[in-house]
Order: sequence, then structure tokens, then C-alpha cells
Amino acid sequence: MSNVTKHVLDNGMTVLLKEVHAAPVVSWWVLYRIGSRNERTGQTGISHWVEHMMFKGTEQFPRQELEKMIDRQGGSWNAQTSFDYTAYFETMPADRIDLALRLEADRMQNVAFVPEEVASERTVIISEREGSENSPMFWLAEEINAAAFRVHGYHHEIIGDMADLKTMTRDDLYNHYHTYYAPNNAVAVVVGAFNSDEMLARIKELYGSIPARELPHPFARPEPEQNGERRVKVERPGSTAFLEMAFRSPAGNHADYFKLDVLISVLTGPSGPGGGNIDNKTSRLYRALVETGIAASVDGSLYPTVDPFLMSLTVTVSEGYTLEEAEAALEAQLERVRQGDITEAEVAKAKKQARASFAYSTEGVTGQAFWLAFCENIGSYTWFEDYIDRLDTVTLADVVEAAKAYLRPQSRVVGWLIPTGMGEDDEMEGDEDVE
Amino acid sequence: MLNNTVLRSMPNPETITRAELPNGITVLAYENPDAKSVVLSGGLDCGGAINERPEHNGLAVMTAGALMRGTQNHDFQSLAASLEDVGADFGVSAGIHGVSFGGKALGEDLALLVDVMAEVLCRPTFPTDHIELLRREALTWMKYGLQDTRRQASKAFREALYDASHPYHYSPRGTLETLPGLSAAMLQAFHAQQYGPQGMTVVVVGNVRAAEVVALIQAKLGDWANPTQPVWSAVPSAPQVDELRRSFVPIPGKSQSDVILGVVGPSRKSEDFQAARMANSILGEFGMMGRVGENVRVKGGMAYYAYSKLEGGHGPGGWSIAAGVNPVNVDHAIELSVKEVRRMTEEFVTEEEISDNKSYFTGRMPLQLESNEGVAGTILSMMEYDLGLDYLVRMPDIINRLTREDVMEVIRRYWRPDAYVVSVAGPQA
Repeated sequence: MSNVTKHVLDNGMTVLLKEVHAAPVVSWWVLYRIGSRNERTGQTGISHWVEHMMFKGTEQFPRQELEKMIDRQGGSWNAQTSFDYTAYFETMPADRIDLALRLEADRMQNVAFVPEEVASERTVIISEREGSENSPMFWLAEEINAAAFRVHGYHHEIIGDMADLKTMTRDDLYNHYHTYYAPNNAVAVVVGAFNSDEMLARIKELYGSIPARELPHPFARPEPEQNGERRVKVERPGSTAFLEMAFRSPAGNHADYFKLDVLISVLTGPSGPGGGNIDNKTSRLYRALVETGIAASVDGSLYPTVDPFLMSLTVTVSEGYTLEEAEAALEAQLERVRQGDITEAEVAKAKKQARASFAYSTEGVTGQAFWLAFCENIGSYTWFEDYIDRLDTVTLADVVEAAKAYLRPQSRVVGWLIPTGMGEDDEMEGDEDVE
Repeated sequence: MLNNTVLRSMPNPETITRAELPNGITVLAYENPDAKSVVLSGGLDCGGAINERPEHNGLAVMTAGALMRGTQNHDFQSLAASLEDVGADFGVSAGIHGVSFGGKALGEDLALLVDVMAEVLCRPTFPTDHIELLRREALTWMKYGLQDTRRQASKAFREALYDASHPYHYSPRGTLETLPGLSAAMLQAFHAQQYGPQGMTVVVVGNVRAAEVVALIQAKLGDWANPTQPVWSAVPSAPQVDELRRSFVPIPGKSQSDVILGVVGPSRKSEDFQAARMANSILGEFGMMGRVGENVRVKGGMAYYAYSKLEGGHGPGGWSIAAGVNPVNVDHAIELSVKEVRRMTEEFVTEEEISDNKSYFTGRMPLQLESNEGVAGTILSMMEYDLGLDYLVRMPDIINRLTREDVMEVIRRYWRPDAYVVSVAGPQA
């Protein structure tokens, strides 16, 4: 896993290369160091909207042609906007990756932001937000983040506030693009079946002449210390109650992050790279809440971010139990952990699970390229390479210390999603669409 | 187009090891020494919801879900611990037609995956307390689903497309009415009658040796027998829609409505399938969700998602168009979607669309086969639908023979712009 090479082009663009010849495919990622955390009030959601506009094409790659050319070549492509970045990728049959290199070089400079296309995409994005609003959990997450971050940009959802989606202008979007889509604000990663010398030469040829821009200081205000528990309640139609408890977590490159990674694995199962591949039925909270029937599910979330964020525990409350009962059961378990009731065996299991899930996440070129780009953005790509070794250094004492420091009730946000019933549709018959 | 080197690197009869065990189990192994992990994936020919009575709707899914809750040699926690302690995973689920199972582990833990597979399929104990937990969880999620516009539109669509005599009318998950009536004894009896080795397929892909795979499965499952196991249940055909059927599920308080409109489509084994797959891609998949996406999302600005989907599968599954739109745009989205269906029944698609989609279907094969999961799923699918283990090698020729006449013919055979089911779930406009 240590055959990554890093280069910084004369214009400041960071390039990471890693040859993997297991399959005849190559993945190409371009990540810009700009995300929703950098957005000001009035322009929330602008990073995500600009991401959508990047699919409107350029003079060299007109929209209708752009939409087809990757599919036609047997590739896959997409983009993602997060709190800390906006990223684009293409994964292609190895002999066709040049198309992706040329496309992203062009999109870095020449997207037009045609007013009519901005207008039609405004309603698409509003529709995307409305689709999210259909989920009760979206409302709860939005309220918890807003309560947790009064000052810092993590306080709003990545998709943005509806008020801003209705009022942002074409010029706002274009200025964001023109300001931040610069080579010196980009991390480019290529992983797959290629020759590194030839690939680097081609990247320099296509990107080396793109001029660097003067980047403004990123808008990111530090969140002041929280002095006491915060609680939010959201009432929505439905019959299912949810409880979320969010604690302050350190930035991804902080030494304590790895202690919390082990802690959350003990509580709710593995959450690191590839962690979703492993079930959590032996975890503390599954045994205490789901196996006792209090909850239908319990999940944990710890996400490596540039600035301190949140470690969240989410409980789906079972029929017949109340939010108060679920919260009391959860709190009882957290208190045990705060008192140091964690075993060496649990810590050892967390490390073993991390090793396996990490192996799963590094088998495909798309996943590897993503993680390298992601980690370079939060500090260094070596975060990914050193992940298992750093986790191995975490001791039981470290985990206990982290539990005491980070699971403090005084610095948490507790959210309740209170279902208000089904109204006239109480008698509806439920099922799911599965075959 | 794929070059010959890439084509030869695809899983094929020379690189897939196949073994038939005397009790009816087919084992397929594909070695991928570059991977650290191993993926096991498989299915049983029976144990699906098609074998349950309507009043016991949900029995097959609950039976499959209960298998991991305890076996003769492991209680729930020790079974889970055996997997989770080494970062492995294994699960079993039932659908309409049969049972699917699968898991993943580091290559060195293949024996554990095979052990767990044999334990849960052959020797489950159906502990009563865990059946109650499963039921409680299922009812909680089912009630949550009542507020889900996509699920409710999908349910209304399914019930309008297939009448109550057809198995596709029902969700295999069961209903709020049927789940409380399912007992541990009923699950045990269903398992005893349905689960058996005849027609079972196990695919193993990853950092393993094929001979070791076959030997392990022979050792753990070679003695499994079930004389009562029923033969494969063929899915009945379903009459095509001959009128416009529209239904609305009111769900107050939502921001968006979900719309599904469609008809009965061909099965995966139908001679029409490949042409239908290409027609579907042109209609609502290729590029930015095909013609439907171009009109409803890109030009209309009405939806984040607007696409078409061909179920395929073992029976006459649905062929549908789905979109999530603001309630005021529901009728316009339906109108634009049907307009594209009508256009495809009246005008040939372009030669460029045919050519683009041929490249799309054949060109994406290396990406689909990059992961162990992708290879295992593809091999299992080749077995399930009798495609032959040389299917990937033959597939480019099959696709490249398709013409725009084939596309028009298949659209006309399945779609009528004045006869389809449309279901909407969401708030009143």
C-alpha cells in the first residue's frame, strides 16, 4: 500500500499516483478544497449547486455530448459535495482514461454557467432538497447540526437552506467557481493500471499550463466551546421515534480521532474506511438496546473532518417504547463506558475489524483513489496509509480516557424525532419494495 | 468495443471452476489472487415468498431473517461473534422466488464463511425470543415505511399492475396484519419443508484456491438432504395492462411526491429481454437518465431523479418510469414521460442511440467485474438465468446484433401510451 507518489505541479496542483494492475481500469479524481463549511449565510448550498453546474458542459465538451461520452466509453462518473470538499471522478477502462483527464482539465476552467441552465438547475436542486425533506431524519439532522454549530459552517446542511436556494444568483455561482476551481486548490489522484511516468507527463501536459489563482483565506469560523447540554425536538407525521445523541469529535488529523474510532467501534461497530461492510450485532449498544427490544436499530457515525465535528449515535425506537426509555437505556451504557468499563477484548476486536474493513475498502481503484484524495484534503494521504498502524497504537487506557473526555453530557446535543401520528392514514398497510 | 485481451480476461468456462455435488449443489469458484478478501454468494431454488400463502405473507422473509438468530451449535451472540471478531459478514434473505445468501471475509477465513453458511442453512433453531425481536423490528420499519412516498408509490403500483392471484401483487415483507400471526413453529416448518440442496448454487470469488473451495463445501454440505424439498415454482404469466389505471396515496406533510408509471415487462429469460434492456436504457438510463431524464430533469428542471427501470428477473416483472417531483409537477412529469414512450412506439430511435448503447453495455464490463462482489454476482446471475458460463464472452455479439427495429418492436410489444399503471404517493397538490 506504500507505492503512492506525490507531486506538486508548478501551478500548485497536488497529484497523487498509485499503480494497481489487478484489473484493466483506472480511476481519476479531482478534489477541490472547498465545501459547505466555507459557505456564508445567504450562499449556503453554493458548493453543491456549482457541482451540479459542472455537468452542464463546456465548449469543448457540450452538455449533451458530455452526458453520453463516459457511458459510451464504458466508464462511470459522478461527483460529491461534502462539508470539506467538492470532488469529481471518472473510473474508466484503462485504455480510455485520457478522456477523463481532458474532461476535468477543461471543466476546471471553462464551464459557462449559462443563465437558462442555472435556472433549470435551481428547481432540480430544490427538488433534491424536497426529496430529502421527505425523510423525517433529514429534519432531525438539520436541527442537530444547527444546534451544535452556532458559529462554524458545519451548522447548515450541505444542500443548503431553502431560502438561499431560491435567491442565489448565476453570478454568485460563477464567482464561487472562478474563485475556488483553481489548480492550486485541487488534489488530483489517479489509481489503476497505468505507467506512472507516462501518466504524470500527460497530467502535466493537460494541467500544468492552467494558471494558479490567488485564493482567499477560507471562510471557516471556529466554534466556541459548548457550555452545557443542548436539546432539540422535531415533530413530524409518522409513528416511528428516533433519538440522536451527538458528541463533539476532534478533527480527522487529531491524535484523539483514532481513540474515538476504537470507542465508536466498541459502541456500535466499525465505522472507519470500509466499516459499513461489517455487522454490529456484538457491539455494546446493539446488545443493550436492540437485543433487549428497546430499539429496532442503533448506528454510530464518526467522520474524519478538517475541523472538529460530531460523533453521533442514532437509535430507532421500537414500537411500544418511548424516547425517554430509549434515552435512559443509552445513557446507562454511556455512563458505564465513562466509568472505564471497556475491556481489552473489545479493543482488540475493534482493531481486527478495522483491518478487515480496511482491506475491503482498498480492493477497488475507485475506493482507493477516493480515500487518497479525501485524506490529502484533511491533512495528508498518509492518513489512509497509516490508518491501521495508528489504530494499533491505541491502548485500552487511551479509549477510556477518550470516553471520559468526549462523551461528556455537557458538550452534547440530544435530538428527539417525535412522531405525531399518521392522522387519517393510521390504518394504511405497510410494506417495502423488495424482490 | 472491448479488445480481445480484455474479453479473454473475463470470467469464462476455462477460468471458473465448476463442481456438481451428488446432492444437487453446484459450486463455482473463481480465483482472484490480487484480492485480500473472499466473497461467497449463492442461492436456493426455494424458500421464497412464492411458496407461502397470502395469509402468511412475510413467512419466507422472516424465516430467512431468523436463520442467523441461532443454530444447534451457536446461539445468536456466538454466531455473530464468530464473524464480527474477524471482520467477516454473512447474511441470508428471501425474495419472491427463492433465498439468497452471501458474505465476505479475509481470504484466510473462507472456512469460517462456509461453516456459518452450512450452520444457518441446515441447522437453525428459531429461538422464540429472537423471533419476537425480529417481528418487533419488522413492524417498526414497516410503520416507518408508511410515511415513505417511494415505498408507498411502489406498493400501489405493484398492486395495480398485478391482481391478487399473482405473487407479484404482494411484498415478500408481509403486512402489519400478517406478521403478528407468524409463529416460530411456522418458521421452523417452512424451513424444514423448503430449504434443501437441490438447485442450490454457491459462488466463491477471491484470494482462494478453487480446489479448496470445492472440498470445503463438499465437507460441510455434501451430506445435506431434504426429501420434502419442493421443485422450483415457475412464476405465472401476468396479463398486460389494457387501460389507464391511476392511483393516489395521500401522505400529508411531505415536500415531494413520488410517481411510478409502467407496464408488465419481460422476464430475464425472455427472448425480448436484451432488446428491452436496450430500449429501457435509451428511455431512461443512458447518459443523464436517458430521454426521460433529459426531458423531466434537464430540460424540465422538475426532478432530481427521473429514470426508467426494467426488472427482468424470473418472471414478468415491471417495466417502469419513476420520478420524485414537487406535487404541482406530477401531471407534467407523467405527461413528458408518456410522450417519450409514445415517441419510441412511433419513431425509430436514432442510429447514434443504438451505437452509444452498444458501447455502453459492452464497454462497462471491466468496471462491473473489478470487485469480487461484481464477479460473484455476475457468475451467480449466469447460473440463475441459464445464461451459460461463456455468457460474458458471447454478450458483445448478442448486443451488437440488436437493431433499432428490434427496439421499436419490443417497445410496441410491452407499452401502449394509453394503457399503463400510474401511482402517485405524496401530499395533495
